[in-house]
Amino acid sequence: MANVTTGSAPVTYNEEVVRKFIIAAIFWAVVAFAVGCYLAAELTWPELNLGYSFTNFGRLRPVHTSGAIFAFGGSMLFGTSMYVVQRTCQVRLWGGSALANFIFWAFQFFIVMAALSYVLGFTEGREYAEPEWHLDLWLTMIWVLYAIVYIGTIIMRKEPHIYVANWFYLAFILTVAVLHLGNNMAVPVSFFGAKSYSLFSGTQDAMVQWWYGHNAVGFFLTAGFLGMMYYFIPKAANRPVYSYRLSIFHFWSLIFLYIWAGPHHLHYTALPDWTQILGMTFSVMLWMPSWGGMINGLMTLSGAWDKLRTDPGLRFSVTAVGFYGMSTFEGPVMAIRDVNALSHYTNWTIGHVHSGALGWVAFISFGAIYYLIPVLWKRDAMYSVKLISWHYWTATLGIVFYITSMWVAGIMEGLMWRAYDAQGFLQYSFVESVVAVHPFLMIRLFGGLFFLLGALIMVYNAYKTIRGPRSAASMLPNAALAAGE
Amino acid sequence: MALNIERDEHTGTDTTGHEWDGLKELNTPLPKWWLYTWLACILWALVYFVFFPSFPYGKGYIHGLLGASSRNDVMADVKGFAAERNAVMSKVAAASFDDIRKNPELLAAAQTAGRITFANNCQPCHGAGGAGNPGFPALAAGSWLWGGKLEDIQQTITHGIRSGDDAARDSQMPKFGTDGLLKPEEIQQVADYVSTAFFGLALKDAAPASIAAGKDIFAANCASCHGDNGEGNRDVGAPRLASKIHLYGGTRDLIVRQVTSPHMGVMPNWNGRLDTATIKSVAIYVHDLGGGE
Repeated sequence: MANVTTGSAPVTYNEEVVRKFIIAAIFWAVVAFAVGCYLAAELTWPELNLGYSFTNFGRLRPVHTSGAIFAFGGSMLFGTSMYVVQRTCQVRLWGGSALANFIFWAFQFFIVMAALSYVLGFTEGREYAEPEWHLDLWLTMIWVLYAIVYIGTIIMRKEPHIYVANWFYLAFILTVAVLHLGNNMAVPVSFFGAKSYSLFSGTQDAMVQWWYGHNAVGFFLTAGFLGMMYYFIPKAANRPVYSYRLSIFHFWSLIFLYIWAGPHHLHYTALPDWTQILGMTFSVMLWMPSWGGMINGLMTLSGAWDKLRTDPGLRFSVTAVGFYGMSTFEGPVMAIRDVNALSHYTNWTIGHVHSGALGWVAFISFGAIYYLIPVLWKRDAMYSVKLISWHYWTATLGIVFYITSMWVAGIMEGLMWRAYDAQGFLQYSFVESVVAVHPFLMIRLFGGLFFLLGALIMVYNAYKTIRGPRSAASMLPNAALAAGE
Repeated sequence: MALNIERDEHTGTDTTGHEWDGLKELNTPLPKWWLYTWLACILWALVYFVFFPSFPYGKGYIHGLLGASSRNDVMADVKGFAAERNAVMSKVAAASFDDIRKNPELLAAAQTAGRITFANNCQPCHGAGGAGNPGFPALAAGSWLWGGKLEDIQQTITHGIRSGDDAARDSQMPKFGTDGLLKPEEIQQVADYVSTAFFGLALKDAAPASIAAGKDIFAANCASCHGDNGEGNRDVGAPRLASKIHLYGGTRDLIVRQVTSPHMGVMPNWNGRLDTATIKSVAIYVHDLGGGE
């Protein structure tokens, strides 16, 4: 850094757009968690569907999933990637403020339109890619502009090398572009109508859907958030990244192996055996490449573990890496066909998804948010460190309730569905397994409410911080220089 | 750019000499356990490729040395369970209901098969324990539409009701209102009569004159199927009206609705999905729910 900025004019970063994305991310987090809790209640007490089409589980579910993954997660990725790429390239975001602002508003518009269309009953019926073709085209435009801005900034960089966080963000941007285009190849019924039909059919359509679905997990929720991890953990810990070589190895192996693993979502279906087995074996080979990120995240803390006592924001990030390690071990295990025979279609899968989504994605985001808010708004620190701690413990408790109840429920369902009596008759009817799961659905809802409560504590803390006084340093005449540091 | 390699004091490892925004990297070698575990996973995958179906080529794929096929596996499983069940179920299929009742082994098998088959196939409409739902007859109460003997139940399950099966139970109630067979006030009168005389409802606004008129209309239009005293007729599946259990609801408004434009329920024929022994088992289970005759 010193060899770049010394003697030259200090860089003024575009932090305006990052601030917007962080506010949006916090807003969508609360929306997505609240809808999630309502859906958990609908599953527990179906009367809560209320008999209206737009409060039906089927219509609200994509509001929750898209809200959590794309609105909350996406805003975090846009915001942090734009922050990190400027800092680690030592240049202002390429393309100017107007373009960055357009990307922000266009993406928020996409989210609102997508949520509205779900509630009104428009859907492509593709999991995690429900928006119809016209919204897909809109998102394609946003994504191309985002890629241009991001890559443009990297090209203009004043650093000789590209920092590891940017590799991961770049992999996320490029692969999500390919996934989005491949999965959404559809033929609209008419130019002015919303309805379209997939270009693929039958098993092939299912395969394309899960090639997308799994790699949305791999490149949106893993690679993108690893980019976040590689910046904010060493920053908050003030320690060098543990191993440069490991980051190279696990980056390339993760990128190469992830793209094959999708078929494990379709075990014991019409998908051919060879496809299932490739999906399974590549999932197991993916275990260590995934753990490379965990090792680099955790070992970066060596020499700074004491910070976990005083910095609950960093505690979020490190716990996130722990959950990341747990779910990237659980994933390959569940991808093994004999395990999948038990876990498939059960609540275990839901628990697995949420240990990743709540434990990894949300926690690493919370860590980044608590780091970024004082920096972006030029405050000395968050309004209350104690409230960060409260958020941490409520959210952690919520996750524990969530995933343990889903483990028990899922394994119980799996065992009940496969139980035969001595004469070869099924021992339990499906309805009996639904009844048996009911108490665990209540515990899951309880966990979800804890997680939501934690997010609300964060909202209060963020509000008080942003409304609070600026830091003394930012008041100095050379505040712009301070901002650049 | 000159590299600025430093030694990290805490770990004793060198940095790579790069720096971004104050971030540095250590040049730590790959953890051995990580590398070897990964290689072991890759080796396991390679062994798997040798023995199991793996990569595709042209229009085929490498089958692997074991020739494994999950389709064959599941067919074998299905056959195995069928054979296991068949030992006793073939006897259930061949035996009469009386003989099944007398043979504890057959009865136990039939009860097991009947319970689980009912729970997975019949319960969604007829309710747990055959309690019934609006429009779906209660099975535990003895208010049979088409008969409550074992053979009757077997016949209903096998061929269904208005199912399209050649031997299905079939009948139709006229649309007295929508087809103009009765005037709205006549339907009101017959509803007054049925609800007071058969349903036992105390209706303050049902004038004795209306009830009396309704009685005549009932005798002329309804009694041929539902009986003079509302006792119903199982030959045509006409529900018993003189009862506390009502298929489509027990209020006067619902009688008006039903007479005006009747609901007529459909039950699938199960002969295409369940074998004879299983249907007989379900018949025994339903018979034993409390209403069997």
